[in-house]
Amino acid sequence: MATATPLIQVEHISKVYRMGDVEVHALRDVSLSLAEGESVAVMGPSGSGKSTLMNILGCLDRPSAGRYLLAGEEVSQLDRNALAKLRNRTLGFVFQSFNLLARTSALENVELPLLYAGLSARERHTRARKALERVGLGERMHHHPNQMSGGQQQRVAVARALVTQPRLIVADEPTGNLDSRTSVEIMALFQELSRAGITLLLVTHEPDIARYTSRVVVMRDGRVQTDRRQPPLVADVGAAAAEAAEMASP
Amino acid sequence: MNPLQVFRVAIRALLRNKMRSFLTTLGVIIGVSAVIAMVAIGEGAKARVAEAFASMGSNILIVLSGSTTSGGARGGFGSMPTLTWDDLKAIRSDASAVRYATPQLRANASVISEDQNWGTGVNGISPDYFLIRDWPVSSGTTINPSDVEGGAKVVLLGQTVVDKLYGSSADPVGQTVRIKMVPFQVIGVLARKGQSAMGQDYDDGVFIPYTTFSAKIQGGLQKFIAGSIMVGATSSDDTARAEKQITNLLRERHHIAIGGDDDFSIRNLTEMASAQQEGVNTLTTLLASIAAVSLLVGGIGIMNIMLVSVTERTREIGIRMAVGARPRDVMAQFLVEALTLSFFGGLIGVALGLFAANRLASNFGWPILIRPDIIGIAVGFSGLVGVVFGLYPAQKAARLDPIDALRFE
Repeated sequence: MATATPLIQVEHISKVYRMGDVEVHALRDVSLSLAEGESVAVMGPSGSGKSTLMNILGCLDRPSAGRYLLAGEEVSQLDRNALAKLRNRTLGFVFQSFNLLARTSALENVELPLLYAGLSARERHTRARKALERVGLGERMHHHPNQMSGGQQQRVAVARALVTQPRLIVADEPTGNLDSRTSVEIMALFQELSRAGITLLLVTHEPDIARYTSRVVVMRDGRVQTDRRQPPLVADVGAAAAEAAEMASP
Repeated sequence: MNPLQVFRVAIRALLRNKMRSFLTTLGVIIGVSAVIAMVAIGEGAKARVAEAFASMGSNILIVLSGSTTSGGARGGFGSMPTLTWDDLKAIRSDASAVRYATPQLRANASVISEDQNWGTGVNGISPDYFLIRDWPVSSGTTINPSDVEGGAKVVLLGQTVVDKLYGSSADPVGQTVRIKMVPFQVIGVLARKGQSAMGQDYDDGVFIPYTTFSAKIQGGLQKFIAGSIMVGATSSDDTARAEKQITNLLRERHHIAIGGDDDFSIRNLTEMASAQQEGVNTLTTLLASIAAVSLLVGGIGIMNIMLVSVTERTREIGIRMAVGARPRDVMAQFLVEALTLSFFGGLIGVALGLFAANRLASNFGWPILIRPDIIGIAVGFSGLVGVVFGLYPAQKAARLDPIDALRFE
């Protein structure tokens, strides 16, 4: 499954936070390698270091020690500006709480990364429109977040993540605020992106959600406890809808 | 991001919170409009003072004769005639900085028309007088040199005298008035000049040739001038030079030894005018300084709100950073927001200030004087206020850690 150069390669990274006099070891000697197009669920109880790992892999944070190669490039010691550029060009983020700009239309939200990429207004517009159509929100481009359901908001967030044509999408509990049926819809969307070759890193504590990925990494006490591959369950929106309908009927 | 995009993002962010943006910028609006209005008022006052002096006549020097001393009581300037008619001729011909010179003889007398009378100042002057004081007639003709030479019994009436004798709408040209029982023909009415800064009514007076005055009002034309000499310098910058020339000339003519006291005195009205201007300038500066302080307070208001805004929008900053905003993009956004607030506040302030200045000017009956440089300075300064007070909040925003910012509730 692994290709010649993995998209993500971390070697012996650790992260130490200093809280007063106490040193907190959030990550201890983690090594991990993600191939292009893989979908990986990172699981583990809170405090296991999965969020820290996600922040580092998402270039929001730097490891205290160890090497991190993203697309073959050493990024662990880059400065804030270089990391910002990397997040803009190579990465897309999806968050549990959607993190859309309030009082801003879906289209403008999706255009945001392109703004920082320095694209012209016309090109931003065209690409944002396409991204929204791709997540099935072509009709709601001018809606504001407060006029949309949670699922729709998360779709906008996914559109925002993929509008820059990233190689990696990092999703932090993307279904945490959604009901099970909508969760399946979002996972179906992710699987579609995965098939299109985008690597997916998903942090979740829900085993149901992890089933839709091709690989599950379980963290514990800052270390990788288990790392196994699995045939992903195909997210079937129709089945999920039927199941929801069945549960809803008396 | 290019500057235009930064500006668009800032505008959009500000419009998302219209009420707050307006209230934030209100401090700057008030500050700038106060500066504009205060300076306009000051300038108006200055122009008003200048106007008052201009109506007195520009470039004027008044030469007064010396004082009498009898039994230790000194009578003050003009109490003893020391200026001669030849002095007047010499001043007119020999002092290069002097353009006009006229004797000014004055007496109070009753001016009697057919059915009214009015006690007023009767002035004996030469035609130069009206040139010095820049005072035309509103009807009829002015006194000309041949009237002076011939000692013609002609009179120019001030508008107040016309009002008292004939009523305000009447044109008395061609009528006859009697002054000290001597009939004079009214040849013209002087244009209304209004009041002096001290409340003296310029229009309450009549003017006759000085030769006629000497012959009919005050008795024969003697060697000495029983009054003063009014001098018009070639320009207002030349008044000091004219004063010096006249002093030297008269000292020489009066044979005053070096170190001896002048037996005459020269009053320089231009100096008085500039002293008064100085006072108004000080007042203007004071008013503008107070207004500038309010502009500063407005700037602090912007900083305050921008700081609150940074805290409140921490999550937004986190989102922007997550999708690729560099620290300096965030910094630029907040800086441009502050700048936009203060700059537009400045523009609105200018409009409001001009409006207020107009209203105040029309209330006080002052001329409206808008100084474009002050508008430029006020808007520029308000922009500077935006940068200075926006810098700290913008830096604070740019230094946020994206992870903390995203987690911020």
